[in-house]
Amino acid sequence: MTEAFRPLGGKLFTRHFQFMGVLVLIAGYFLIRRFIFGIGDVSNLSDGFPWGLWITYDVVTGTAIACGGYAMALLVYVFNRGQFHPMIRAALLTSVFGYTLAGASIVVDVGRYWQLYNVFLPQYINLNSVMLEVALCVTLYTLVLWIEFSPAILEAMKANRLLRFLRHILFFFIGVGILLPTMHQSSLGSLLLIAGYKVHDLWQTTIIPLLFLITAITMGYGIVVFESLYASVHLGRKLETPLLSKISAIIPWLLIAYLVLRIGDLFLSGQIRAIAGPGPEPYLFLAEVALFVFAIVTLMDQYHRTRPTILFWSSLAVVLGGALYRFNAFMIAFDPGPGWHYFPAVGEMSITLGIVAFEIMAYLFFVKKTPILAAGH
Amino acid sequence: MKIDRRQFFKVMAAGGAVAVGASPVQARPCKTLPPDAIGILYDANLCIGCKACEVACKVANDMPMSGDGAIDQAYGVQDAWDGDDDLNGRTMNKIKAYVAEGSRTDLDDPDACFIKRSCMHCIDPDCVSACPVSALTKDPFTGIVSYNPDACIGCRYCQLACPFNIPKFQYDKTFPQIVKCQLCAPRIAEGEIPACCDACPTGASLFGRVEDLRAEGHRRLAMQPGERVEFPLNQLGGKTRAAEAQKYHPHLYGETESGGTQYLMVAGVPFEQLGMPPVGDESRARLSETLQHSLYKGMVAPGLLLGGLVYAAYQHTKEDREDQEDRQNRPEQEHGDD
Ligand code: SF4
Ligand code: SF4
Ligand code: SF4
Repeated sequence: MTEAFRPLGGKLFTRHFQFMGVLVLIAGYFLIRRFIFGIGDVSNLSDGFPWGLWITYDVVTGTAIACGGYAMALLVYVFNRGQFHPMIRAALLTSVFGYTLAGASIVVDVGRYWQLYNVFLPQYINLNSVMLEVALCVTLYTLVLWIEFSPAILEAMKANRLLRFLRHILFFFIGVGILLPTMHQSSLGSLLLIAGYKVHDLWQTTIIPLLFLITAITMGYGIVVFESLYASVHLGRKLETPLLSKISAIIPWLLIAYLVLRIGDLFLSGQIRAIAGPGPEPYLFLAEVALFVFAIVTLMDQYHRTRPTILFWSSLAVVLGGALYRFNAFMIAFDPGPGWHYFPAVGEMSITLGIVAFEIMAYLFFVKKTPILAAGH
Repeated sequence: MKIDRRQFFKVMAAGGAVAVGASPVQARPCKTLPPDAIGILYDANLCIGCKACEVACKVANDMPMSGDGAIDQAYGVQDAWDGDDDLNGRTMNKIKAYVAEGSRTDLDDPDACFIKRSCMHCIDPDCVSACPVSALTKDPFTGIVSYNPDACIGCRYCQLACPFNIPKFQYDKTFPQIVKCQLCAPRIAEGEIPACCDACPTGASLFGRVEDLRAEGHRRLAMQPGERVEFPLNQLGGKTRAAEAQKYHPHLYGETESGGTQYLMVAGVPFEQLGMPPVGDESRARLSETLQHSLYKGMVAPGLLLGGLVYAAYQHTKEDREDQEDRQNRPEQEHGDD
C-alpha cells in the first residue's frame, strides 16, 4: 500500500491569505508595545487575574485544539487503525503549528521571558511544580512534533537519504509523541488544583486532570473532522466522509465517559449544589453540557454521521464545548475574590487573533507547498 | 496484529499496576514549623492605622511611593502620601481599614477595624510548590519565603496559587519582577528585626519566634476586655507598654489556615469581615503535589507506558518502513503512482 501525499499547489496569496496577513500585522504592533512598555500596556491582566486570554486560549485551549495529531496517532499507532493513515499528516500539521505557536505565545505572556531557559536548568527546576511538568512536556512535544512532521518537509525537499534514515527511527518519536500529550494535557488541568477556592465549585475537582485529558482527545477528533470538512469546502477537495464518519463514531463514547465522570464527581463531592448558586456560572456549566449532549445525540446515529452538514456542526460543538470548559475553568468562572474583574483588552485579543491568523497562513502555505494531504482524493 | 496488541496491553497493564498497586496514592505528610521559625503577630486591636510600618517597609525595601494618590492629585504634590489602596508591584505591606456597612467611620465603632496585609509566610506555601524554577523558596530554618528574581520567569503561577493573593507583579514594567514581603530577610541576617515591627509605635506588629508568638496570641485571646495588661513592643522579650485589653474575636488567624502560617493575626471582628479569603485549613500544595507525584511516581509508570507506546508504534509502522524501502528500490514506481 503506497499512500502518497501530495502538495496541493495553487495560488498562495489569495484574498483570504492577505486578510490573515493584516491581522498578523496588527498583532505585531501590539507585540512591539508589549515588549517595550510591559504586559500592562496591552492587557487587562492584573494581580487578581494573572492569567487571562493568552494562557487560556493560546496555551490551554490552543494545545487542546492542536491535539488532532495526538488523537489520530492514538488511533493509528496504538489501536492499529491503519485506514486513517491518509489523514495523519494533516492532523500533524495543525498540531505542529498549534504547539509551536502556543510555545511562542508563552514568550509573550511570561514577564521574564529572557530567563525562560531556567526551566531547563537543574539548579532551578522544582519537581513539585505542575507548571514545570507542563513546560517541559510541551517544549519536548513541540520538538517531537517537528520530527514527526519532518518527512513531509524532507519529501518536498527530496532529501531521500535523510528521509530513509528517519523512517527507521520514527517509531520511537511516535511513541514519545503519544506519551507527552497524555502527560501534559492532564497536567494543564492539574494547574488549577492549587488555586483552590478561586476556581468555582463546578470546575474545581481532584479529577480535573482526567477531565482535561478526555476532553483534549475528544477535541482532537473533533478538530480533525471539522478541519477536513473545512478544507474540502475551501480548498476544493473531495469530502472524506466515510473516514470522518468512522472517526466521529468515537466521539460520543468519549463524551459520555466524560459527562459521567464530571457529573458523577460533582454529586459525590456534593459540589453539585453550586448549580443552584447565583451568577452566570450554572448557565455556563449547562451550556458546556448542552454542547456535548448535542454532539452525543447527533453522532450516535449512524445515518447522521454520513451527513457532512451534521458532522460539521457536531464536530464544531465538540471543539466549542471543550473550549468553553477550559475558558470557564481558567477565566470566566475564576474568582480570586471581591474587587477583581477581568475582560481581555483589545491588545490581548489582537495578539491572540494574530497568532491564530498566523497559524492559518502557515497551514495554507504548507498544504499548498508540501505533501500533506493524501493524493487521490 | 492481534497478538501485538495483546502484548501491548500487557505492558500497559503492568504500568498501571505499578502506578496504582505498588505505590498507593499516599498524601505526603503536612509540613511542620521549621526549627527557628520566626514571624510576626499582628494585633488589629492595638493598630492605630498610622501606617508607620508601610513607610518603613517601603524604605527598607527601596520601593517607590505611588505618587498619584488622591491627595497628591488634589494638591499637585508628589509623594505626599502613599495612595495605593492594596498590595501591588511597589507595595509589600498594606494597612487597610474595614468598616461595617452603614456604620460611621469612627474608630470607636466596634465594627471598624484595621488589618495589615502582607505575605503570610505559609508553613506549606502554595507559591513555593507552584513555582517551576524555585524562584520562591522557604528557608529551612527561619521559614522565610523569599524571592529570587534571577530564577523567576514571570509566569505568575505563584499569583494564581497563593490563597492569600499576595505575590504581586510589576505589570507596568518592561522588565518586571514579582513583589512580596520577604520578612526583611536581609535585616534579620544582620540581627535586626523587620522594619515594620521596628517602626510600629503600639506593638501591633510584633516580631518573634512563631512558637512564642502563638502563645502570645492565645494569651491575648484569653484577656478580659477592660483589664490593664502589658503588651510587648516591636519584639517579644523586649520593651513593653501597658494598655487596656479590648474584646478579641476568638481566633488566632494563621495558626491553621492553609496548613498554618508564620504571620499570625488577632482582631476584634471575624476575619471574613476583614477581607480574609476562605482558605481552609489544608494547604492546596499538599493535594496538588500528592496527585502529581502519584501520577508520575519515580517516572516508573510513564516509563513503562512509553515502552508500550514505542513498541506499539514500532509494530504498526512496519509497513511504512518496508514501503519506503520498496520505493527506494523502484523509484520509477513512485512516479508511476501519480
Ligand atoms: S502567603 Fe502566599 S506568597 Fe506568602 S508564603 Fe503563603 S502562598 Fe506564598
Ligand atoms: S512568576 Fe516567578 S516566582 Fe512566580 S511562579 Fe512564576 S517563576 Fe515562580
Ligand atoms: S517584614 Fe519587612 S518586607 Fe515584610 S511587611 Fe514588614 S517591613 Fe515589609
